[in-house]
Amino acid sequence: MTPSVLVGLAVALPLVGAGLVLALGKWPNAREGATLVTGVALFATVMGLLGPVRSGLRPSLTLVEVVPGLKLGFQAEPLGLLFALVASFLWVVTSLYSIGYMRGHHEEHQTRFYAFFAFSIASAMGVAFSANLFTLFAFYEALTLCTFPLVTHHGTEEARKAGRVYLGILLTTSVAFQLLAIIWTWQLAGTLDFRPGGILAGTASKGVLSVLLALFVFGVGKAAVMPFHRWLPAAMVAPTPVSALLHAVAVVKAGVFTILKVSVYVFGLDVLGTLAATPWLAWAAAATIILASLVAFTKDNLKARLAYSTISQLSYIVLGALLANRWGIIGGGMHIAMHAFGKITLFFGAGAVLVATHETEISRMHGLGRTMPITFGAFFVGALSIVGVPPAGGAWSKWFLGLGTLEAGQIWLLAVLMLSSLLTLVYLLEVPARAFFGKPAEGRAPVEGIHEAPWPSVLALTITAVATVILFVHPGPVFDLVSLVVPK
Amino acid sequence: MSQHLPVLQVVVPLLAAPLAALVRRPRLSWLVAFLAALWAFGVAVALLHHVLSVGPISYHIGDWAPPWGIEYRVDQVNAFVLLIVSGIAAVVLPYARASVEWEIENERIPLFYTALILCMTGLLGISVTGDVFNVFVFLEISSLSAYALIAMGQDRRALTAAYQYLIMGSVGATFIVIGIGLMYVMTGTLNMADLAQRLPAMEANRTIPVAFAFLTVGISLKLALFPLHLWLPNAYAYAPSTVTSFIASTATKVAVYMLLRFVFTVFGAAFSFDVMNIDRILTPLALAAIVFMSLSAIYQPNVKRLLAYSSVAQIGYMVLGISLASVFGVAAGILHLFNHALIKGALFMAMGCVMYRVGSVRIEAMAGLGRTMPFTMAAFVIGGLSLIGVPLTVGFISKLYLVRAALEQGMWPVAVLVLVGSLLAVIYVWKVVEVAYFRQPIGDGSIREAPLSLLLPTWVLVLANIWFGVDAKLTAGVAIRAAQTLLGVGS
Repeated sequence: MTPSVLVGLAVALPLVGAGLVLALGKWPNAREGATLVTGVALFATVMGLLGPVRSGLRPSLTLVEVVPGLKLGFQAEPLGLLFALVASFLWVVTSLYSIGYMRGHHEEHQTRFYAFFAFSIASAMGVAFSANLFTLFAFYEALTLCTFPLVTHHGTEEARKAGRVYLGILLTTSVAFQLLAIIWTWQLAGTLDFRPGGILAGTASKGVLSVLLALFVFGVGKAAVMPFHRWLPAAMVAPTPVSALLHAVAVVKAGVFTILKVSVYVFGLDVLGTLAATPWLAWAAAATIILASLVAFTKDNLKARLAYSTISQLSYIVLGALLANRWGIIGGGMHIAMHAFGKITLFFGAGAVLVATHETEISRMHGLGRTMPITFGAFFVGALSIVGVPPAGGAWSKWFLGLGTLEAGQIWLLAVLMLSSLLTLVYLLEVPARAFFGKPAEGRAPVEGIHEAPWPSVLALTITAVATVILFVHPGPVFDLVSLVVPK
Repeated sequence: MSQHLPVLQVVVPLLAAPLAALVRRPRLSWLVAFLAALWAFGVAVALLHHVLSVGPISYHIGDWAPPWGIEYRVDQVNAFVLLIVSGIAAVVLPYARASVEWEIENERIPLFYTALILCMTGLLGISVTGDVFNVFVFLEISSLSAYALIAMGQDRRALTAAYQYLIMGSVGATFIVIGIGLMYVMTGTLNMADLAQRLPAMEANRTIPVAFAFLTVGISLKLALFPLHLWLPNAYAYAPSTVTSFIASTATKVAVYMLLRFVFTVFGAAFSFDVMNIDRILTPLALAAIVFMSLSAIYQPNVKRLLAYSSVAQIGYMVLGISLASVFGVAAGILHLFNHALIKGALFMAMGCVMYRVGSVRIEAMAGLGRTMPFTMAAFVIGGLSLIGVPLTVGFISKLYLVRAALEQGMWPVAVLVLVGSLLAVIYVWKVVEVAYFRQPIGDGSIREAPLSLLLPTWVLVLANIWFGVDAKLTAGVAIRAAQTLLGVGS
């Protein structure tokens, strides 16, 4: 198969998977089989693009010209490929995890759940491989709408309210700021294609481009830069696999991925570095890093704490893009992968605890480490990666982000990164520390009744934890791929 | 025969109207109406094809040469409008059969279809003619039949709604005929092209600005420009489902076309915008329509009324595009004529399906319909997304052009307000969606999915929303060429 066909296939396969899920709804085993097979096929397809892209090819596929000058089309480039690789690999693992979770937790409407999950992955693939801002925006909005039924899965009053916040913030920012910025870009540059070196150089004054950059940074609500972050904690009302894959990987990474892409391929690093707004926006990201970490401290609910941790970590990537230098982009790009593996492990752990013990509050997890050693061991490894210390992959991305701040001459931003790592260390490691060394909480069911979650879930979180360590030992492939984005 | 297409566009439906009354049998009169609509659609497609490939057509009624005789003149602008009107009629009529049998007493059905065809004929006539008095005649044909159609609604309030529309519509028509009369007094001609040639020499005379004012106010009443929209919400809310679907997608659109014709072709952009400064009135009113009417829509407890207020807001988008007086702006207005017809057609038809099964279109009545009427509500959701302007639907294409036109002139506050209108649309669409999907069904569980004869036409329009949103080269291309024709700039 030619690489161009593979690009189209990567978006089409999850759609086929969704169709299969709907068709096989009456036979749960066949239905979940279809999801797994589709996931593996998708990962293989995306892997098939790795060789051509590394050798310098940029396979592309144009579906249709929507209006003159505006095309719906796909193109595989290194950054998008990395995002697609991470999302498609973790989709397989999450599907495995979901089988244990959804059945173990007796969730309803599982066919709808798996179908919309597949739709969401298709949208994420569309974002990853978009050849221009129009295509990216179309799939970005599709991703918001496809995840809405997943966020409100339980259909309760609480879910409905959370759904309103979710949709409200994501649609408001994307329509009022991002769409405005996109049409403005179209009007200035006459094109919306992603091109190395950017398309905006010399089209407008620096003041206008500064406004445009701010519209992009805050308009990509999925990147959760404060004050547009409230949707992410709200989305935690969803079943845990959704929080794990979509709200730690696919959806939020689609946001920061958009910001990286806009920085490199729309503005271009040369233009970006000269704008007055760039350092200010970098400080907005830095403020988000610190504030979100502080809020995470106050959360006793484990998923809420993880959500605020995600908000903080996403701004690392936004900050990386706004450093406007090579190390910043490499660090930010690598953090897409490193954070994904670390954070999904943490969510898998939270869900496993929920299935096994029905506990959601950290203060009630004392002593659980003794009965669920694999879960909390994996949680520990994932937490190390988020903090950014060896032997976990997160150490590398933070290293390069640190280099980027020095290269930009922003020593205080480096201090922010250090401080935030310290905060993260405390609020995340508190969980395994309590679980392993604390005494069981009073009033909880006897410890004997509790054991590890169903095996598919445990297997899934083991895989991601091991992958986190492997990414520390072998960061080379990720580094090589990302450095193709910003050639020396 | 092909050279007679412009007149056949009007004459055949005009003759079909009395025929529908004479056959007296409901099913047979439906068939007559359906065939008339199909005919009109076929002719409109042929006309658009001819105009795009060969060029504008000038047809002389009775072979009397203009300006003495009546001229029918078809160019890119009205060929597009003819397509919208006849296309919507051809989709609504298959839908009408079941819906009308349920909503209207049997003995009145032949008269209902007579009025419906007459209304369509009037709208087609306004669009096709190149003679200003002819415009008035067809306007009265379409308006009088529309009053009758609205009055046939099940709800007794339909009568007051029709009466309200009758009063407001007559005021509008009177203003229009006064404007036409003043122009005739000054120039001695009623032919549009001829008027366009003679008027510039008389601009200094006070009568011409007065004629211009009467015409724009009269037309604004007919197209429900805020704050002259008061007749519209009740008329749309209480009319039979079929009538709402048809009129909401066509009547105000044809009135917008009249505005385009008079402002750009008859008076000319230079007079309208540089001398009369019409944009100073139209732009603020259009923006007010977008914001205030969208806000009003949020508070409506009846979904048809909610959609009606949304229509007034959407008309604001069209008028806004026109008031920008640039190729992109006018093209955005024309494009939204077409796109909004598809959007509101689909939404009102989905509400007709709900009316057919549930007997009410209040928001509470939607509870649980996501489960009991999945295809109807899916149609509503997609139509709603298109109304909001989600990418890959027609609504997005309209906003894309409109925002770009505003930015092109450096009017970024206007661009922001257009997008704010989209966000308000999210609120009022989602109000309905939440009730339909998150509340438990009410009643004894007897509510079933609407019959296929209602669902299929609805879904034709829903799919058209996506089709012309994914591949808008045809519609956007025609709109751009039409805008170039109106503004007199070369392509």
